[in-house]
This record gives sequence, structure tokens and C-alpha cells, in this order.
Amino acid sequence: MIPLLGISTQALFGQLLLGLINGAFYAMLSLGLAVIFGMLNIVNFAHGALYMVGAFVAWFLLNTFHIGYWPALVLAPVGVALLGMALERTMMKRLAGLDHIYGLLLTFGLALIIQGVFQNLFGASGQPYPPPDLLKGGFNLGFMYLPAYRAWVVVFSLAVCLFTWFMIEKTRLGAILRACTENPELTRAFGLNVPRLITLTYGFGVGLAALAGVLAAPIYQVRPLMGADFIIVVFAVVVIGGMGSILGAIGAGFLLGLVEGLTKVFYPQAANVVVFVIMVAVLLVKPAGLFGKKI
Amino acid sequence: MSDRTMSDRTKSEPLLKVSGLQAWYGESHALHGVDFEVRAGEVVTLLGRNGAGKTTTLKCAMGMAPRREGSIRFDGAETIALPSDKIARRGVALCPEERGVFASLTVLENLLLPPKIAPGGLSLDEIYELFPNLRERSTSMGGKLSGGEQQMLAIGRILRTGARLLMLDEPTEGLAPIIVKQIGAAIRRLKPRGFTVLLVEQNFRWASGLADRFYVMEHGRVIDAFAAAELPENMDKLHAYLGV
Repeated sequence: MIPLLGISTQALFGQLLLGLINGAFYAMLSLGLAVIFGMLNIVNFAHGALYMVGAFVAWFLLNTFHIGYWPALVLAPVGVALLGMALERTMMKRLAGLDHIYGLLLTFGLALIIQGVFQNLFGASGQPYPPPDLLKGGFNLGFMYLPAYRAWVVVFSLAVCLFTWFMIEKTRLGAILRACTENPELTRAFGLNVPRLITLTYGFGVGLAALAGVLAAPIYQVRPLMGADFIIVVFAVVVIGGMGSILGAIGAGFLLGLVEGLTKVFYPQAANVVVFVIMVAVLLVKPAGLFGKKI
Repeated sequence: MSDRTMSDRTKSEPLLKVSGLQAWYGESHALHGVDFEVRAGEVVTLLGRNGAGKTTTLKCAMGMAPRREGSIRFDGAETIALPSDKIARRGVALCPEERGVFASLTVLENLLLPPKIAPGGLSLDEIYELFPNLRERSTSMGGKLSGGEQQMLAIGRILRTGARLLMLDEPTEGLAPIIVKQIGAAIRRLKPRGFTVLLVEQNFRWASGLADRFYVMEHGRVIDAFAAAELPENMDKLHAYLGV
């Protein structure tokens, strides 16, 4: 194996791939957060918990009903989206017009409750979830071994993110959502049912989190705290990308995953803090985030 | 371009009837019992000084004022308790004072945003014919438009929907005289097509050339009303009301 900057290419590309996979999850989770923040003005702290619920729904479908990965990829996000819409209708709707802190407290409380219930039912240890047969094995690229499932996660996440960006930036539905984000009162006065759009948007955002949860299940195992580990980094990603910026969330997600991967290769001690160091630097230089509008 | 079909009701029956309308912003009592009506096909102007309650009256008719009481009947049905999207679906459209052009949407996206609620609205080409600047700037973002272009877009946007009652809040505010003239010409062209227009305007000279009837508001009430034909004999009174 040829060493590069004193590191074997196998190790370098292996870590880069891990970084890219983490980045894919950061991107999908921060994209959902950005969409929700834009429409509901709520910093959705329950996002990590709902990501975990998505993974558990897939696990439950497999172990109870023998429903495999591919149907779970649709059923789990739909189920979690319905749960999210119920939460929005019964709780978050009441926070309209209140300070951000109320949304943060409510969703933080929800996250603790959801995680607590799952910890009580399943314990803290991970439940294994096998990758689908179609994606077992991998490819030897010469300079590294690429597991098929991990390649799928990166490609599929990127496709989902780009599809979401296209829907929001280039379609009429997206134009309506952008209008709602800018001025919900006036958008409603044009005859558009804004409360229903807000509910659907929250459902879509947490559905994305659940989709990421299903994708993550074969890689990280299914654990009640799998979302809690992720969510803080994901918030940092959203801040770096620019609160409410769709492209910022996607770009920053993948970029920071890669930066984290590279840090693991060259200076592993800093791997857990590098994202936060970048967040501080971005906040100092560009407080609205890399892709955010001026504040 | 075929003329809009008038509703079955005759011109003498009001399309909009506001009675005893009261409104509050928090603790502040903004309207104290507003009464007026607008008949189908008319252009009616609400006149009054700043703070008289004109904008709040329009917001109430659109279902946008936070707390309102009294009666607002549109096309014979009560709408006082309806949310704004339901009122819009019945055929009421508002062009707000601050124009409300969405900065993150292109001109075309802004124009296509309100859904069509009934036949009879203008086509895109007809809107571009009324306001040629909008055609040239159709791909520009709303936030990049000049004040005049924003006003044209805000008016053009509500002409597509097929709404029967168009409420325009201070459409000439802060605009250059040539743009004011262009907007006046556009409103004049809407009238023969059966659009009903409720106008809030401080530029009395401009409004006097357009409106069929006037209501004067002061301290959250309608205090006087007269038709366009009665204007000459009421000019002194009007100057006193408006302080011009």
C-alpha cells in the first residue's frame, strides 16, 4: 500500500468514507432541521430522538413482522412522519408566535421522554440490524475496500438531499413553502392553508430523520441514544451551514463529515471537537452561517 | 378577453357589508363600530388620516386582524369568524400596504403563488399587458424590484385568482408620479371587467378620479360618506376631515 503524507491510503480513504457516511447522516438530519426551522421557527431538539425511532421502527418491523429493509425504508419514515404530525398538531401548534426558547424546551422534553421510553423498553445496548442481501459484500477498488451498503448510503442520501433541494427551490410547492417561511400570514391570505402546510412540513422533516435512522440501522446498530449522540453535532452543522438554509445544511453536512474523517486520520485527538471549533470560527466571521442570509 | 360574469345579485345589493365592526390589537381598541358597504362592480375608497383605522378595516375583511367583532358579510354570507384562507377562497383578495412581495421568490413565482379560486381572473399575458415591466423582470427575485415594480407585482398577483373583491391598501404610497398614473390606468381597466375594488388611499386627488363612492374614517369609525357626483359640494368638509 502506498503511503500518502505518512498515512496508508487504505486508512486515509477508509476514514474519508466513514466521514462521508457521517456527513450523509449530518446532511439528512440538518436538512430536516433547516426545513422545520424555516417553516415552524422551532429548533427541533426531538430530531435525534425521531431519527432513533425511525431505526427502531425498521428493527421492529423486521423482528416482529419479518418486513425487511426495503419496505422499512418507506414504512418507517411514513410512520414517524405521522407521529411527528400528531406532535405538531397537539403540541407545537400552540407555540406559534412564542419565543424560540419554548420550542427548544418542548422538543428537548419530548426527546428525553421518547429516549427514556425506548431505553426502558430496550435497554441501552444496541440491537443488530442486518443490511439487505442485495447490499452485502463490497468492492475492492485497489486503494481501498468499499462496502456496498456504505456506498449505497452515500449515494442514496445525496439523492434524497438533492431531490429535497429541487422540490423546495424549483417547484411551485417549494415556492409556497418559501413564501410561508417569509410571511405566513400573507401566504394564508392568498387562500393557502398554511397550518396544514406547517403540519405536513414538520411531518416531512421528521420523516427525513426517520429515513436517516433506517439507513443508519445496519451501520451503527439500533440504540435508544443513537440520536442523542448525533444531534449536538447536527445542530453545529446547521449553524455552520446557516439556520434555515437548505443548500447550507446539505453542503455543510457532507463537508463537515469529511473534515471530521480527515481529522481522525491526521490528528485523532481533535476529531470530536473539530466541528465545534469550525462552528465557533464561522460564528465569529460570518454569524449567519456559510450559506445563511445576513442577520 | 371576455367580461367577468357578475354574480346573480343585482348591483344594488352589497357584495361586502360591514356592520358594527370592532377590532383590537392586544389592549388597543382600534375600530369602534365601522359601518359601510361595497356594491358589486363599484370602486369604493376609504379616506382618512393616519391611524383612522382604514388598514385595520381591510385586515378585518381579510380575516387578518387578531381580534374582531361585529359583522362582515361577503356575497351574503357572514365571514367575521373565518380564517383568512377561507375568506380568500370565497373571492376576497388583499394587496397590503407594505406590498408583501416575497423576496425569495421570483416575479413569476410571486405571480403564480395565489391559487386560482374562481374563473374570471386575468391570464399572465393580460397581467403583463397591464404592467409590462413585470414581463421583463419575470425571472428577477422579488427583493430586487423597485418600489413601483413591487406595487405592480402586488396588484398583478391578486388579479390572477378570480377574486371578485380586490382590496388595495395605499397602492400609490411612496411611488413616482408616472408609476401612480400607470397604477390608476390599470385600476380603471379593471372596472369594466366587473372587478369590485375597495381602496384605502391618502392621495385623495388620485382616488377622486377612480372611485364611485367615498367613506371617511376617523378614530376607528366611518364618519361620513358621499358619492363621486357629490364631491364638488363636499370639498370643504373633506379638506377639514383630511387636513389637506
